[in-house]
Amino acid sequence: MTTHPQLGDEPTSPPGSAEPGHALVRRLRGIVGDEHVVDHPHQLRTYESDGLLQYHVRPQAVVLPASTQEVADVVRACHEHEVPWVARGSGSGLSGGALPVEDGILVSLTRMNRILDVDLENQRVVCQPGVTNIAISDAVGPAFFYPPDPSSQIVCSIGGNVAENSGGAHCFKYGFTTNYVCGLEIVLHDGTIVRLGGKDLAQPGYDVIGAFVGSEGTLGVTTEITVRIIPSPEAVRTLVAFFPTPRAAGEVVSEVVTGGVVPAAIEMMDNLTIRASEAMAGAGWPTDVGAALVIELDGAESECDTQFEQVQAICASHDALKVLVAGSADERALIWRMRKAAFPAMGRLHPSYYVQDGVIPRTKLPEVLDRIEELAEQYGLPVGNVFHAGDGNLHPLVCYDASKEGDAERAEELAGEIIVACVEAGGSITGEHGVGVDKKRYMPKMFSEADLEAFQKLRCAFDPTGRTNPGKVMPTPRLCGEVPGPYKEHPLEREGLAERF
Amino acid sequence: MSVASTADPSTAAEAAEALRAAAVSGQRVRIAGNGSKLGWGNPIAPPDVELRTTSMARVVAHNEGDFTAIVEPGLPFATLQSELAAKGQMLAIDPPAGEATVGGVFATSDSGPLRHRYHAPRDLIIGVQLALADGSVARAGGTVIKNVAGYDLAKLFTGSFGTLGLMAEIAVRLHPLPQGTATAVGRSDDPAKLAAGAAACAREPLEADAFDVGWDAEGGAILVRLSGETASTRVAKTLPLLADAGLITSVEDHDDAIWARQREGQRSPDGVVVGVATGPASLRLVLEAAQAAGATLVGRAALGLAWLRLDGLSDDDAIARVTELREKLAPASVTVTDAPSAVRQAVDPWGPVDPARLALMRSVKARFDPTSCCAPGLFVGGL
Repeated sequence: MTTHPQLGDEPTSPPGSAEPGHALVRRLRGIVGDEHVVDHPHQLRTYESDGLLQYHVRPQAVVLPASTQEVADVVRACHEHEVPWVARGSGSGLSGGALPVEDGILVSLTRMNRILDVDLENQRVVCQPGVTNIAISDAVGPAFFYPPDPSSQIVCSIGGNVAENSGGAHCFKYGFTTNYVCGLEIVLHDGTIVRLGGKDLAQPGYDVIGAFVGSEGTLGVTTEITVRIIPSPEAVRTLVAFFPTPRAAGEVVSEVVTGGVVPAAIEMMDNLTIRASEAMAGAGWPTDVGAALVIELDGAESECDTQFEQVQAICASHDALKVLVAGSADERALIWRMRKAAFPAMGRLHPSYYVQDGVIPRTKLPEVLDRIEELAEQYGLPVGNVFHAGDGNLHPLVCYDASKEGDAERAEELAGEIIVACVEAGGSITGEHGVGVDKKRYMPKMFSEADLEAFQKLRCAFDPTGRTNPGKVMPTPRLCGEVPGPYKEHPLEREGLAERF
Repeated sequence: MSVASTADPSTAAEAAEALRAAAVSGQRVRIAGNGSKLGWGNPIAPPDVELRTTSMARVVAHNEGDFTAIVEPGLPFATLQSELAAKGQMLAIDPPAGEATVGGVFATSDSGPLRHRYHAPRDLIIGVQLALADGSVARAGGTVIKNVAGYDLAKLFTGSFGTLGLMAEIAVRLHPLPQGTATAVGRSDDPAKLAAGAAACAREPLEADAFDVGWDAEGGAILVRLSGETASTRVAKTLPLLADAGLITSVEDHDDAIWARQREGQRSPDGVVVGVATGPASLRLVLEAAQAAGATLVGRAALGLAWLRLDGLSDDDAIARVTELREKLAPASVTVTDAPSAVRQAVDPWGPVDPARLALMRSVKARFDPTSCCAPGLFVGGL
């Protein structure tokens, strides 16, 4: 590989030498200003992990650019110094996707937090990557909203959502981040700025946006995002129904969905998580039931009401033990508080837990639940289950006691067995949290060597140097084949050489 | 057009081998289903090898309870839809398919009025098996509707016109067939009123299945199609939105013919079809441009997508019209699909492309198809 030192710049020492990259940090200070480069070991500690706290890596420095040009200059500097870099939004990701690389640079986008254009006429919002998910809906509500709503929406950033293709409770009906992004500005590994799409929906050419969204920061960093927003539904109807077993609740899910109703959300909690949530949020739910099903419909009022009656009839025909219909916005909020309390509530009852994220075809729910129960017994660890039931996305919570020798390892092993069960049922190792560092070891369970090679082709097309968020997604490090011909400095010239293959 | 040879694989492995063999011997391959859209894109010389998908035409799986299916590319699109309809389901993509295959619809990212509610083919594909020019067969995505493991190569290949390799299996999300449709119609010969009616409806949460605009020599219409048990009630509530904008309203309960006409408006067997993509608020501008060009128009009123059809023009006149439309509608994307090859030769059917974006696309092409054996020159920027 060839470097292209800028005039007056000293190239960095190779990784592993005594003082790697001081010249690079100096250059970064020049780009963003001293106050926006963090490299004191004490301050760096904040950035050692993202939302997945099991992993800690200290970067060489954290740099906080404020504009697209600063991001491009920072990334170009890293490229020229051959130093790997990782982009980070709010750091709330759950797969270690924004885990720093040792001796690498962490590019934090938190200062780029402006909404640039609220265009209600075209139903688009243009914003910088550090804007929080909820801020978009806040900027366009109440008449409009931005549908993807990950549970962390108050803190998570839209740039992070783009990297992870975030979903949420309402994505069964409304879709994921990838279905709402129509424009991106991205910075590639060498500092090249590329604009993709815009406010229109059909730019001819490869769907580079489709490839980029959900690529977990390994193809580049986004510096501007254009999303679609849609009119808020006229009516919302929410109920929670209780059943003796998760299997019975699962049958209701199937009957609702195959009957042609597309619920805005359909969420299941098992006994363990109901009890935990009840202890924390105290909604007065029965704690002796096997499962709770939260069903929310939204849309045109008349259609919503008709379908809500159908849903209630289906619940009754499956011997629901009890059905609570939200009669007010407060009651609806209470139902959702119970659902969203599941994770923290489990944390109150059990010293530690591991959140798994797997997907199965919805029809396989009963057999996979049986398998999870079997595994929980085998390992002697409690497993709570909450699901986005409509799309088969399971979040088993594996509880353990970190103070007990080997408990954490066994919990992780059990969580791994659950993922294998999901893949064997025809599902996926992750529905919304991403692969990151946490799940890359499971990639070969789902993908063959040829599949991984095809992924690598895409990665190399964006970054032949492999220094953009290295060590994520792919199970083992891979190199890109040589770019043929002499290495030219200008990116356009360089890419042009590809034609000579 | 004469093709030197044909390949007729019946498996992904055979298709990958055919691509590999062509790649190592420097041959040019064109992937074709039933060939209904071979006239789209840059005019290119006949390929050395035509790779036909017609022997790969199975429904590999229809997981009814999960609303998913896996299909091979050579399956006629209409056949797939009728098999799904027998079970009360559909793939929510409704282009004027004719003889088109599933692979052709995805390779060209073709769509119809249902795009309003269900989005584009890229939004309904959940997994893919690829046959690549290095002879490998690779999968991306899966068969579940929610999945973020690995890169989304299914989206990358959708709309790539067969220039990166073959989609040898396509996994899709399905939806229930809509029941009991009805359509609210608002007519006017004034583009401003039509645009105002469209804007008024677009602001409301109507949950329409389809929401179109049409324009021809007689004038134009805004069409809002609703389905479900309460479709008629909701259509009635939609009419005032159209009437307040100055449109003459009516209700069509037997609305299939209206929507078939909207789909057909996206094609011109002998003329020229110009695709326009803008922000949806530019509808008036696009309608006025169609009017000035003497074109008929169909479009997705809330999505900013329109197809202008120019019939009965000489090649020179068609070229002039396309050029005028590009100037008038800049910076909108203005592409040409159906058109005589002389017209496509003269106007670049894809329109100009930003150099940095083209460089990135070229880099993608170089990694998946390094010898450029897959339809070289056909695609955007001569890819």
